[in-house]
Amino acid sequence: MTEVLLSIDGLTKAYPGVVANDDVSFDIKRGEVHALLGENGAGKSTLVKMIYGLVKPDKGTMALNGARYAPAEPRAARATGVAMVFQHFSLFDALNVAENIALGMENPPSPRDLAPRIREVSEAYGLPLDPFRTVGDLSAGERQRVEIIRCLLQDPKLLIMDEPTSVLTPQEVEILFQTLRKLSAEGTAILYISHKLEEIRTLCDEATILRLGKKVGECVPREVSAAQMAEMMVGSALKPPKRREGDAGVVALEIENLSLASPSEFGTALKDVSLTVRRGEVLGIGGVAGNGQDELLGALSGELKSAAGAVTFGGAEIGNMGPKMRRKIGLLTAPEERLGHAAAPDMSLTENALLTGAEREGLTARGFLKWGTTKDFAERIIAAFDVRTPSAGTAARALSGGNLQKFVIGREVLQRPEVLVVNQPTWGVDASAAAAIRQALLDLAAGGAAIIVISQDLDELMEISDTFAALNEGRLTPVRPAAGLTIEEIGLMMGGASDMEVAHVDA
Amino acid sequence: MDLSAINPALLLASLMVAATPILLAAIGELVTEKSGVLNLGVEGMMITGAICGFAATIETGSPAIGFVAAAVGGALLSLLFAFLTQFALANQVASGLALTLFGLGLSSLLGQDYVGLKPPSTPQLDIPILSDLPVLGQILFRHDMMVYFALALVAAVWAALKFTRVGLILRAVGESHDAAHALGYKVVRIRVLAIMFGGACAGLGGAYISLIRVPQWTEGMTAGAGWIALALVVFASWKPWRVLLGAYLFGGVTVLQLNLQAAGLAIPVEYLSMSPYLITILVLVIMSSDRSKAPASLGRIFHASQ
Amino acid sequence: MLMLEKRPQPSRAFAYLTPLLAVLATMIAGGLMFAALGKDPIEAIRTIFWDPLFGEFSFYYRPQLLVKGAPLVLIAIGLSLGFKAGIWNIGAEGQYIVGAICGAGTGLAFYPMESWIIFPLMILAGAIGGMLWAMIPAILKVKFGTNEILVSLMLVYVAEQLLASMSLGLLKNPEGFGFPGSRNLQQYASAHNADIIEGSGMHWGVAFAFIAVIFAYILLNRHMLGYAIRLTGEAPRAARFAGINPARLILFCLGASGALAGLAGLFEVSGPAGQISIDFNTGYGFTAIIVAFLGRLHPVGILLAGLLMALTYIGGEIAQGSLGLPGAAIQMFQGMLLFFLLAVDVLTNYRLRFSQKGAA
Repeated sequence: MTEVLLSIDGLTKAYPGVVANDDVSFDIKRGEVHALLGENGAGKSTLVKMIYGLVKPDKGTMALNGARYAPAEPRAARATGVAMVFQHFSLFDALNVAENIALGMENPPSPRDLAPRIREVSEAYGLPLDPFRTVGDLSAGERQRVEIIRCLLQDPKLLIMDEPTSVLTPQEVEILFQTLRKLSAEGTAILYISHKLEEIRTLCDEATILRLGKKVGECVPREVSAAQMAEMMVGSALKPPKRREGDAGVVALEIENLSLASPSEFGTALKDVSLTVRRGEVLGIGGVAGNGQDELLGALSGELKSAAGAVTFGGAEIGNMGPKMRRKIGLLTAPEERLGHAAAPDMSLTENALLTGAEREGLTARGFLKWGTTKDFAERIIAAFDVRTPSAGTAARALSGGNLQKFVIGREVLQRPEVLVVNQPTWGVDASAAAAIRQALLDLAAGGAAIIVISQDLDELMEISDTFAALNEGRLTPVRPAAGLTIEEIGLMMGGASDMEVAHVDA
Repeated sequence: MDLSAINPALLLASLMVAATPILLAAIGELVTEKSGVLNLGVEGMMITGAICGFAATIETGSPAIGFVAAAVGGALLSLLFAFLTQFALANQVASGLALTLFGLGLSSLLGQDYVGLKPPSTPQLDIPILSDLPVLGQILFRHDMMVYFALALVAAVWAALKFTRVGLILRAVGESHDAAHALGYKVVRIRVLAIMFGGACAGLGGAYISLIRVPQWTEGMTAGAGWIALALVVFASWKPWRVLLGAYLFGGVTVLQLNLQAAGLAIPVEYLSMSPYLITILVLVIMSSDRSKAPASLGRIFHASQ
Repeated sequence: MLMLEKRPQPSRAFAYLTPLLAVLATMIAGGLMFAALGKDPIEAIRTIFWDPLFGEFSFYYRPQLLVKGAPLVLIAIGLSLGFKAGIWNIGAEGQYIVGAICGAGTGLAFYPMESWIIFPLMILAGAIGGMLWAMIPAILKVKFGTNEILVSLMLVYVAEQLLASMSLGLLKNPEGFGFPGSRNLQQYASAHNADIIEGSGMHWGVAFAFIAVIFAYILLNRHMLGYAIRLTGEAPRAARFAGINPARLILFCLGASGALAGLAGLFEVSGPAGQISIDFNTGYGFTAIIVAFLGRLHPVGILLAGLLMALTYIGGEIAQGSLGLPGAAIQMFQGMLLFFLLAVDVLTNYRLRFSQKGAA
């Protein structure tokens, strides 16, 4: 059990302007669950892409079972027993489960034989799947199962898992961990990529920690505290955001029995959603990705219109108002997808400031644009939110994810919203930027605004929310006070348990 | 006017002939689009195929060699499009238009010396016994090789997409090039091949016009057939058999209006000549509510970011 | 191995440089093509690009530059608005024809009355005719989601048939001895789009083309509507998030480009062409697509590109006469230009790198 399966020696990979991996070395033993820990941008993805043959290292070598290992492409990696479960981008929505699995296999059996094999393996590992369902209709958890089964059918020696729990409910995480423990007991090594420390402490035997492309340490996760690992990962201790004191004010925004079809084919319709948020309150909305988050944001931003009375803002019915009108009265939003939704990638920051700022910041006069004022506004955002950019004339796509996110959130915060709705405000953002964004949201609430934070990061929600609700298949649970909620209760809410009706607390 | 001059059996037989060029071009474009590439250059590839096939037939005296030359010509031209969209990452709509404009120019340049010539006729392939059947024999079984070839091609494309691994990979690339790339499939290579298949088919379709349906060479003789083929793919919701249905529908309209012109219907010729285009628009309107079957990556630019 | 690497942001230098590179590459490739046709390439290139401007008969050709360039610029300006927003009107040729028919029809309806009001009415009719023709794909797209590329293109063929029917029927010159084609508007003073300054080539269409360039420049750079167009083209989802109504934008872009193409048709039929005839349209609507891209969808760029393209038309005609260069070769030459432009355009957003393949 202790012999080395994969040995990584001095891997280096540079991209223009950034060294993604700098002389990284570590070993993965047979049957071991090995954590690769690091912040966004620490170089975890690049490293596993090299192991999986998607990227070629500039320097360094790998050895699998003592033999030189340099996969030219993923196919070669799969052939030697290395399999990978991706975080995004590797399933085909319009194809069914069996077709998706066949595509990820080197020598798939005939479709007639494959379906029973899928059933058999998925049952054996406690991950039941119907081979003939269209993948686009599956939940995030089920989609991940497809990827896992696809790997398992090839008897991998090393299974790479990239942030697997970000799409799961706590209950589903428990099932996944059981599966992984079973696999590890059977001798399969698992390289587990995550930035969630508690998970790693629960599951992993060994951890390698990356920061800014370099290996900065290794540890046995069970023997160190989460705080110690966090410090290695971030490089300094982080201060938790400061909470303000005070009671919630009058109702700022209300949604009543809102049902809305999704504009995209594999989207989730909203079903009978009701919520209330008051001035000074932060409402956290949890839930696994793809359960109606985008649609809820769209219904609030005005991209999706509903019956006038379904959404009320300070008593006025606004359900049928478009985005511009809603901004004018003080309902601002920031969608999840930064590039292409919240911001136009090829446009400058100044032009992007105009995107939502036109109405409230007075950036136009009778339809004509006031570029000077717009540039001032962009520069105010850059200064106030410490956005690292050469100038306001830089294209949005040239900014790092964290900096662009600070710009996008800052753009709304500086417009003094009465209600601000954000979706995944800190997704893919490094820890210090995330802390700054959360602090800005809390400060805004302290100033009397109502905030709705839609997020899949439960830690984040628990940190900043006063009240909490969860989305499941387009339904929203009743809103409950966040203080005192246990992880089991949250899990049940995210899983859509109906007994929450009993615990209904009128906010 | 004299409607009795229209012989229904002959009408149906000529319908199959009229449908063949757009059928060939459309089935090729269907494969290209299934791989996630929208090539609007079908008209340009058809007309290039038309002149390549025509010239090769005149020079060699063999229509068979002509059709091969047409396929090669169409495929070569489509390589220009493949280069622009897959390597230079140019916008597919603009590149397709460029291909059409270029193809129209190229074909009239190549065709200068061939205006007014008559190609050797392509032999009819009367299927024994079946061709002697009354009525049906005339409609279905007394055609040239290419009519049957086009039908076989539709069946082959259908079977390949549905049952083979190549078809599955093609669909996967068209559905999500990022996912296919992550699994290690050569997105660009697969798409280039699909584009060339589309080009070859369009070339064959064009040659069918210049060698059999008309048969002679005139500038711009495809007269929008390539665009109708593009519309046909939308009409068919990217399903091979519906391409066949659509092609025969358009073939029927074309033949019928020609027959009505010949029969001296009281409608001016120009308005009858408009009908295939108007019907194309009508069909597009009816079908456009059902965009859901379009490959999800259709028209999007792929650049492996690692 | 040669690799493409995305630039952090589009290169300004290459944005200006690529059209020049494309022209240069086209000259080289075109020269090779002319050589393959057995013509002296240097001579041919000189005939096309130099002679119309500085040759012996340039006094005659220079005004022609405006005459040929004006419809190209007018149409391309309209197209560029839509292209920027990802709305593909490629049926400008049809809108050009319908604009000409409506404009000429309006003028001929007054024949033989003379009045200053007739020509402005014709202009209005031409613009409205082109706009309504373009509204067909626009409305179908808004109402049913129908593909505007295919519909606008199909309508070109319909318009051509309409043109044939008009020149043989309704608009046929009653004193034309049975020949197809309408009365010649050049001989009808109130309807004649004459040179504003005699012999300069500067007819009303040229003036309108310049106005369109200025108007488009202000719209795109200084007005919210122009911002909406650019935003929709670059990030449609962000545009909806910003509150831009896509349907209204489609109607505006197609309507405006149709109106401009209609105007181009009207100015052509009442001026240089003179009459509605079966072969009235000569492909300006398609060449304008090349002009729009060659000008990088920028109003000033389009102005320059339109003049350049006009030059190849005029130079091509001279080369046809003096060198026996086939007309199709010029058409191919223009197609090549678009090809090279699209090919080198990649350098604006990506840079070329040599990757070390052996490192793995």
